[in-house]
Amino acid sequence: MALIELDNLTRFYRLGGETVKALDGVSLAIDAGEFVAVMGPSGSGKSTFMNLVGCLDRPTSGAYSLDRQEMSRRNADELAYVRCHQIGFVFQQFNLLDRLDALGNVEMPLIYAGVERRLRRDRAAAALTRVGLGDRLHHRPTELSGGQQQRVAIARALVNAPKVLLADEPTGALDSRTSLELMALLQSLNREGTTIIIVTHEADIATYAARLIRFLDGKVMSDANQRMVDAAEALKALTASAAMEKVA
Amino acid sequence: MTPYDAILSALDALRLHKLRSALTMLGIIIGVGAVIAMIAVGGGAREMVVAQIRSLGANLLVVIPGNVTQGGVRLGFGAASTLTEDDAAAIAKEVAIVQVTAPFMRGGAQIVAGGQNWATVVYGVDLGWFDAREWEVESGRLFEPEEIARGMQVALIGETVAKNLFGTADPLRETIRVRNVPFTVIGVMAKKGQSTFGQDQDDVVLLPLAAARQRVLGRNLANARAVGSIYVKVREGESLTQAEEEVKALLRQRHRLQPHQEDDFSVRNLAEISATREASARTLALLLAAVAGVSLAVGGIGIMNIMLVSVTERTREIGLRVAVGARPRDIRRQFLIEAASLAAIGGLVGVAIGVAAAYVIANAAGWPLLIETRAIVLAVAFSGLVGVFFGWYPALRASRLDPIEALRHT
Repeated sequence: MALIELDNLTRFYRLGGETVKALDGVSLAIDAGEFVAVMGPSGSGKSTFMNLVGCLDRPTSGAYSLDRQEMSRRNADELAYVRCHQIGFVFQQFNLLDRLDALGNVEMPLIYAGVERRLRRDRAAAALTRVGLGDRLHHRPTELSGGQQQRVAIARALVNAPKVLLADEPTGALDSRTSLELMALLQSLNREGTTIIIVTHEADIATYAARLIRFLDGKVMSDANQRMVDAAEALKALTASAAMEKVA
Repeated sequence: MTPYDAILSALDALRLHKLRSALTMLGIIIGVGAVIAMIAVGGGAREMVVAQIRSLGANLLVVIPGNVTQGGVRLGFGAASTLTEDDAAAIAKEVAIVQVTAPFMRGGAQIVAGGQNWATVVYGVDLGWFDAREWEVESGRLFEPEEIARGMQVALIGETVAKNLFGTADPLRETIRVRNVPFTVIGVMAKKGQSTFGQDQDDVVLLPLAAARQRVLGRNLANARAVGSIYVKVREGESLTQAEEEVKALLRQRHRLQPHQEDDFSVRNLAEISATREASARTLALLLAAVAGVSLAVGGIGIMNIMLVSVTERTREIGLRVAVGARPRDIRRQFLIEAASLAAIGGLVGVAIGVAAAYVIANAAGWPLLIETRAIVLAVAFSGLVGVFFGWYPALRASRLDPIEALRHT
């Protein structure tokens, strides 16, 4: 059985007397260890899809199971538990708290998981080291670059060892080089076994995933595996060409 | 989330807006400060009144000569000496609930001893007076019954007089001249301190009633048995009001007053006088309580206001916390603890200010400073409750935010 299974999942809203079909009968399965990119124009349902998979929202009808557990009929506290232990979120705007240092931000999910204080520090520090910020533990978000801030956010998403990492436009606020670095980091996490789903509107970012799902009008328009471009290689090539330009 | 983590996180959030937090606390600070000052002042005043009643002698009535009309001229209370030693004896004998009566007279006099002189108050008293006032000698001895009966020239002096006339020397068996009449000092009275009216009760010379009347205070009195006033001590547990009624009736009869005539004496209840002072202290305390109540309410509303602003400002933070696994109740608790911390810190500062204010008031009014730990604990706990009460609605709003909307909030 797949890690994520959606069966005829729908999500309707009432908006000014009209019913908006944000998600209209989506069925798909994602296995553990996959790296999926989700694309689609705005209003196509990709955000609704992410919110439902991330247990931030509940479907109008249909079934959703995560790791063989049915999620569509859970109450708010149970969904909070699932978000806490099985899901990691990364946002376009990072959403770090400026008043906390990197360590404090990464620690936050562990607080809600009820992890004891000293253990929390250690695990947060380990997660930050994993994303290459072992020397920036006590920097505040305002003292970090955009790419570094997004790495802190990824460390925060990983710190509870989730089943799946959900990233909504993770490179949306980053320049192309930093975007590449970030994709390289996500790919290396994926190689270590983390299941990753990213939403993006940039086609080149989507090429770094191994599977591309396109949404349109609340339905899956296409869903295909693809050759995964190695972001680390692309980064090397970019560095080389930049050096060439400099020489020329 | 453990309570410890929650409190740390709340303090973190409050530190972020120091000025705002301080201003928000102001209402609570004033409220709690007023409560603490109120309790300390009220308690101190009550303590003082109780002590004063005790120093005066408990269960005491004073009978003083009344106003008399002489040829159309109405003289005020105490102007005529209408009371006699026989009145006192009659009261003691006829009114069953009276324990003891003490006729006495009182007047100012210059005292000379050795090279020193001192103006003080002279009392002519009998032995009942010491019972009524519940006053004992510190050194030396009380009057002997014979000395009272024969009006012998012996004196007891208060501590203030002893200090001023003799300094550190022993006044016993020394001779003092009261209006040039020599008396031998036989004892020094125990220290009593200030009276309800702020007089120094130790600035006094006590003489046997007959000696005082014939040689010092009453040389011009028409009636050789006349006295200035009479203390009436009522038995423990008996009603002062009832005693007052019976004494009045008896004296009207003895003075042969017709029903249409006014009393030529007046009975005063010292506890009542003290109660008046206590009542004014209570009024002050009530006033402070009103101020405290109003400013705690206003402070609470201020906290609610700031917490609502804070919830709006931190909408994204709330969304994020929900996304990483906070339950609605975790969010609610976080904001409740913030509101309660705000109020409780305000409460602590208020306690400090209240104690300082109580100290200043007690000093100015000459009251003892009485600060109860219980009051402090109560005040801080209560201000925390104010925070919880007024923080409830903002916290509830925070916990009900839709995380998807909240994360999109700019």
